[in-house]
Amino acid sequence: MSRLAVNARVVRALGMRSIRQTFRRPQLMAPILVFPTLLLAVQTGGAGAAVNLPGFPPVQSFLQFMLAGAMMQSLMLAGNSGGIALAVDIEMGFTDRLFAAPISRFTIVLGRLAGTAALGLFAALWFLAIGLVFGAKIESGVAGALIAIALVTATALAVGGIGAAIALRTGSASVVQGFFPLVLVILFLSSAFFPVELMIQPAKAIAEYNPLSFVVEGIREPIISGIDAGDTLAAVLSIAGIVVLGLVLSARALRHRLRAG
Amino acid sequence: MSAAIVVENLQRAFGEVLAVQGVDLEVDEGEIYGFLGPNGAGKTTTVRMLTTLLLPTGGRAVVAGHDVVGEARAVRASIGVALQEAALDPLMTGRELIRLQATLQGLPSAEGKRRADDLLERVDLVGAADRRVGTYSGGMQRRLDLAAALVHEPRVLFLDEPTTGLDPVSRKTIWEEVKTLNDGGTTVFLTTQYLEEADQLADNVGIIDSGRLVAEGTPASLKAEIGNPHIRLQLEEGSIAAAEEICGHLGRLLPPVDGKTVLVEVEHGAGDIPRVVRALDDAGIEVGTLELVHPTLDDVFVAKTGYHLERDEKNAEQEPAEA
Repeated sequence: MSRLAVNARVVRALGMRSIRQTFRRPQLMAPILVFPTLLLAVQTGGAGAAVNLPGFPPVQSFLQFMLAGAMMQSLMLAGNSGGIALAVDIEMGFTDRLFAAPISRFTIVLGRLAGTAALGLFAALWFLAIGLVFGAKIESGVAGALIAIALVTATALAVGGIGAAIALRTGSASVVQGFFPLVLVILFLSSAFFPVELMIQPAKAIAEYNPLSFVVEGIREPIISGIDAGDTLAAVLSIAGIVVLGLVLSARALRHRLRAG
Repeated sequence: MSAAIVVENLQRAFGEVLAVQGVDLEVDEGEIYGFLGPNGAGKTTTVRMLTTLLLPTGGRAVVAGHDVVGEARAVRASIGVALQEAALDPLMTGRELIRLQATLQGLPSAEGKRRADDLLERVDLVGAADRRVGTYSGGMQRRLDLAAALVHEPRVLFLDEPTTGLDPVSRKTIWEEVKTLNDGGTTVFLTTQYLEEADQLADNVGIIDSGRLVAEGTPASLKAEIGNPHIRLQLEEGSIAAAEEICGHLGRLLPPVDGKTVLVEVEHGAGDIPRVVRALDDAGIEVGTLELVHPTLDDVFVAKTGYHLERDEKNAEQEPAEA
């Protein structure tokens, strides 16, 4: 078996472990599915009339508008949970078991990211299913749904890279958990839950340049109107930027951890 | 016989602190090497360098024929590692863990499955194989950790304090498994803070204290270094003088501890017993009890470091933490 094939098998095995770990530990699963679902229910139930505000983009319903935000919240918290799980592995010495194996050590990070991406895929399917069950329409049909699913999955991988970098650098689950509120702040300072056009300064200016806003719009457009190549490209470029940042930071943090022992 | 592990002037500093200060040692293929020392002596730091988990800051080490820095991946393919306080994921099942370990070692899926089944049977965990590791007892976790370290049939096995915190029965089970493995040709590098463990298992012992190797040799040679064994004879009070006269010709008489005992230091240990018994019997002296008393590894430890290992460890554990 070639080294590449061995590493691919390792990434798959570690990704599977990561998914099982999330489903077996409720405190990792809750932020990914339960909280975003509850928030979606509360917001659509309580603030549905927001769609009538002047400047609000034309949508079928507030639920339809909010699906992208719920997916973003879910995948951001999946990245944070992935970081916490990696930090727990470091704290309990499980990563030593992995570091002592004859594999490329970066596959350990990639395995974790594969698991986070799979959770992102699961979140995308979950929220699209909820949307469809409660009457939201995917305006651009199957193709649009597939684009949204792909973007959510890729963003989960990208955000997971940042979570992994923090975990590797600090080796502390409580420090990674401490980023939880920051994740929400960054998300609220994007177009995830409210149209940028209706925000006030300085939040509006921040949201306009927040890369997550580009990602959100890339996911939202196929759901609320149709596939827009410009929005999709902007989302892909933003995700690519976050992926590169996450991988570079993870690689540096991993090198630092291995050197420090 | 070729060397499985060669360590030359190995050093590791953490900032200003020198955790390992120039260790030299050699472990032959098929040997059990006991690395003995108290907490904080540098045992785990040395093992982490030998298993490529930590870069040395000086010196060099070759494990299974490969340099731990320049050929780290080849080292990792040749060794099995069970680190201190079994690093197991409590959410995985025992079977999942061993199969993951097989994948990490590059074994094909079917082979990994077969090895997992064999190893679970070998360490008597078949019944618990599909339970989560978090439900295992300490002894079961150590056995699982050992099984995982063996999945690729490593040439050299590193066991870092494999029995710390285990009850005597679980400890003995691990010892038996280590002996069986060694009988099969596996080289074992075992760190321990238990003198009895080193004495029972190790062909050679290295004593580390404050990051330096202070003594090395077979348990017998280390004990011999600090004195020969002696024979303790319990006799009738009236025959003591005659017995001392006879024994004085066969070895060196040691100061008596009471009026019924004769202590005689002998050069060849058990080999001298028949000579002593015959001489006493020829003189018509009846021996009540006879015991061959060897110096212990604790005596060696005290001679080399100035303090008792296990007693001082226990005292340290019982002392309240400083405010």
